[in-house]
Amino acid sequence: MRLILSILAIAALASVPLWLSDPYLLNALITTGIFVIGAMSLNLLLGFTGQLSLGHIAFFGIGAYVSALTSLGFDVGLPFGIRIVHEPWSPLAGFVMAVLVSALCGYLVGRLSFRVRGAYFVIVTISFAEVVRLVALNWVELTQGPLALTNIPPMSVGLPGLGEFIFRTKLHNYYLVLGVAVACYLLIARLVRSHVGRAMRGLMENETLAVSIGIDVTKTLTLAAVVSAGICGAAGSLYAHYIKIIDPEVFAFINTVTMVIMVVAGGKGSLAGPVVGGLIFGLMPVALRPVMAPEAQWIAYGAALIVILFIMPRGIVPALTQWMPRLRRVRRPSFSKRGIEESA
Amino acid sequence: MSELLQHLVNTLVLGGTYALLGIGLTLIFGIMNVVNFTHGILYTFGAYVMFIVVQKFGLNFFVALPLSVAAGWLLGALVELTLLRPLRGSDIDTTMLVMIGAWIAMQSATLWVWGGVAKSVPTPFPDAPLSIGPVSVSWLRLFVLAAAAALIVLTYVLINRTRLGSAMRATFQDHDTAALMGVNVDLIYTSTFALGSSLAAAAGALLGPVYVVYPAMGDLAAVKAFAIVILGGLGNITGAVIGGFILALAEELGAGYISSGYRDAMGFVIIIAVLIFRPTGLFPRAERVG
Amino acid sequence: MSAVAHKLEPAATALSVDRVAMHFGGLVAISDMTFSVGEGEIVSLIGPNGAGKTTAFNIVTGFLTPTQGEVSYRGLNLRGMKPQAIADLGLIRTFQRTSVFPNDTVFDNVMIGLHRRGRVGVLPSVLGLPRVRRLEAALKDKAAELIDYVGLGRRAHDLAGSLSYGEQRLVGVALALAAEPSMLLLDEPVSGMNASETHTFVELIRKVRDRGIAILLVEHDMPMVMSVSDRIVVLNYGRIIAEGPPDVIRNDPAVIEAYLGQGVKHA
Repeated sequence: MRLILSILAIAALASVPLWLSDPYLLNALITTGIFVIGAMSLNLLLGFTGQLSLGHIAFFGIGAYVSALTSLGFDVGLPFGIRIVHEPWSPLAGFVMAVLVSALCGYLVGRLSFRVRGAYFVIVTISFAEVVRLVALNWVELTQGPLALTNIPPMSVGLPGLGEFIFRTKLHNYYLVLGVAVACYLLIARLVRSHVGRAMRGLMENETLAVSIGIDVTKTLTLAAVVSAGICGAAGSLYAHYIKIIDPEVFAFINTVTMVIMVVAGGKGSLAGPVVGGLIFGLMPVALRPVMAPEAQWIAYGAALIVILFIMPRGIVPALTQWMPRLRRVRRPSFSKRGIEESA
Repeated sequence: MSELLQHLVNTLVLGGTYALLGIGLTLIFGIMNVVNFTHGILYTFGAYVMFIVVQKFGLNFFVALPLSVAAGWLLGALVELTLLRPLRGSDIDTTMLVMIGAWIAMQSATLWVWGGVAKSVPTPFPDAPLSIGPVSVSWLRLFVLAAAAALIVLTYVLINRTRLGSAMRATFQDHDTAALMGVNVDLIYTSTFALGSSLAAAAGALLGPVYVVYPAMGDLAAVKAFAIVILGGLGNITGAVIGGFILALAEELGAGYISSGYRDAMGFVIIIAVLIFRPTGLFPRAERVG
Repeated sequence: MSAVAHKLEPAATALSVDRVAMHFGGLVAISDMTFSVGEGEIVSLIGPNGAGKTTAFNIVTGFLTPTQGEVSYRGLNLRGMKPQAIADLGLIRTFQRTSVFPNDTVFDNVMIGLHRRGRVGVLPSVLGLPRVRRLEAALKDKAAELIDYVGLGRRAHDLAGSLSYGEQRLVGVALALAAEPSMLLLDEPVSGMNASETHTFVELIRKVRDRGIAILLVEHDMPMVMSVSDRIVVLNYGRIIAEGPPDVIRNDPAVIEAYLGQGVKHA
């Protein structure tokens, strides 16, 4: 049943470009899709381990910069007379590097920041993102600083026997983003339903008890951070090769907030939550554009976050599944029934 | 040598306002367990009230200052009553997110009303700085330091010498027990948030005329306030004062001797360093589980 | 019957607590504590409130590091080991209050508890390899079995947080058992239970012991302690004032004094 629902949802999303030709809307859908991937990765931390990372955009930005620099090439001097010269690689290599470097950063940040919890964790993650932003702004030799990295090549994939496929048009990029999003969704879904996911849930609900039954806090949380950062880096890479220009503003705190709003509104800890929340809040500016000034849109954005937290603190998807008992049964983890019946 | 001396003088001036910002934030966290993301907006608000009162209404600079502090108090009380009181008992993440929503809405409102162009606040002080030997400091900055020092002392007296202050301290220790002892915890929460907000507004009102006034000015201020509070230990007032001066010193030296581009990075570097080497700040207050 | 057997032929020592002291600043929670638990034995740690029982538990399970003294389990010194590493040795505890994952079903609680048996690489589980599927299926059977074992079969699909106090305690035990303990430490397991629940619980503890699992019990319910324990260790003000089988403890003047003294204070 859930499988059917998922296939229907994917089919619906895949059919969008067939009946929607407006390039402005298609563009909005692509950037929204990229942010939805970011939001899904944030949900892995916020919704499944309970850690509110407010520096998540750092991994997105790192992914974007790494991917752009890998495919553009660079030539920088380091202290002690070391020079690093990098010849341009393919955008696909950039994508892979983006995922790897972001995941590595996730590992480092995880090891450092999971020593603290609650407010401290939130603040240390914000600080991390800001430090990365300031480095991107000031390390001009590598990043061009505020002048931005430009002429980033579009994503391309070498197909054996068919040559190089370049994602030039919006249509190409739409399906690219959709494909990556579906893959990330499946990865996260598999992960949270595995024993690692159970360990994460245990830590989120009752850390002391989880530790007492042998769950390794640091290892579990760091793993979540690594996967989450890697996925967010992938989103950043897609962004860089789609927009083709990256400047330090990509690290703006407001972008993290956008992802947080998507997750919280959609429902943290629900797999579909960030997708639903992301589509609503990602496309909201499109709907509001004709009727509101941009500043007023942001006011509405902030107000919407408050209102959602007041009336649906758990988010849209959990609230819906609660109202619809039939759906709730569908969403119940399938194993929780089978095990009993098999043994009975 | 004289360069270093100049940096130390700048540190004193900057540190005073940073301390104000930090005290406000740490009070709110310590007593209410709320990570206040609207703190930066209150800072901006204070600066804009200064601008409006002096520039638009043509009132005296020294009249505008207390008005701005009072306006900060009122706005803080309003935020607490409408957003935080209904959420009492929610987890810290929820209140944090609500505060983020309020911050976005309020900042965008400022941008909407006043536009993104930076404004400057006219001051009654002479342009020529006071120079003693190689060190020079503007009269405005001297006044800012004096005013900040006065406000810090005033806050200390309020917390340590008044009935309201002792009720606040009791709530800080243990709000359930305080409630049992007859403390009106709701009132204390509102007062705390209003007090913290008015201090942020005061910092903005003092620094706004030194620099310029623009809608996003509070963002960096908020982050700096977080750095100060982390340094001093969440909920520790003396720690916040010391943290304010340490941050100011680090920024001055960082900007003077490393690169001015990294001035604003010092706060984050401090946060990360503190959390790596001494996760609960210089003056700890345990929050960890297990 | 088994109690007699233990007296005649002392079992090998499982847990040994040797001259342990715990100071919190100037406060002495435990001054000098030495006792041991044999393999397959049920030992109870009793004493008035504030006697240091929960502190002792926290030390044994690595949640606290003692100021002085050593704790060893099956000959291995536990000093400096993290709680999770101690759990890996098979030393599993339950908690006085926080004993379940409230937002998960009882079944999922036990599945989380089976963590130690379900460890496979991240990649194989994400890929859903056949051997991982088989392991998961085996874990589900095991979880169902454990839930039946503690008698919560009918509540398997209810949220743990919605269960009664006594039922949550049973979930706690199922969770602990899921972690494959060789020794179980139960912190006030029957507080808040009614008489019949307590009776069921005592049966459960005996059943667990008959699997060869040693048990260290902290409990206030004296009739329960007297009926279930092989040996009792009495703490007061951070030191051991008596130790022995239930019959001896029942008539020990120092114990009576300690409890009566407290009773008078409370009255």
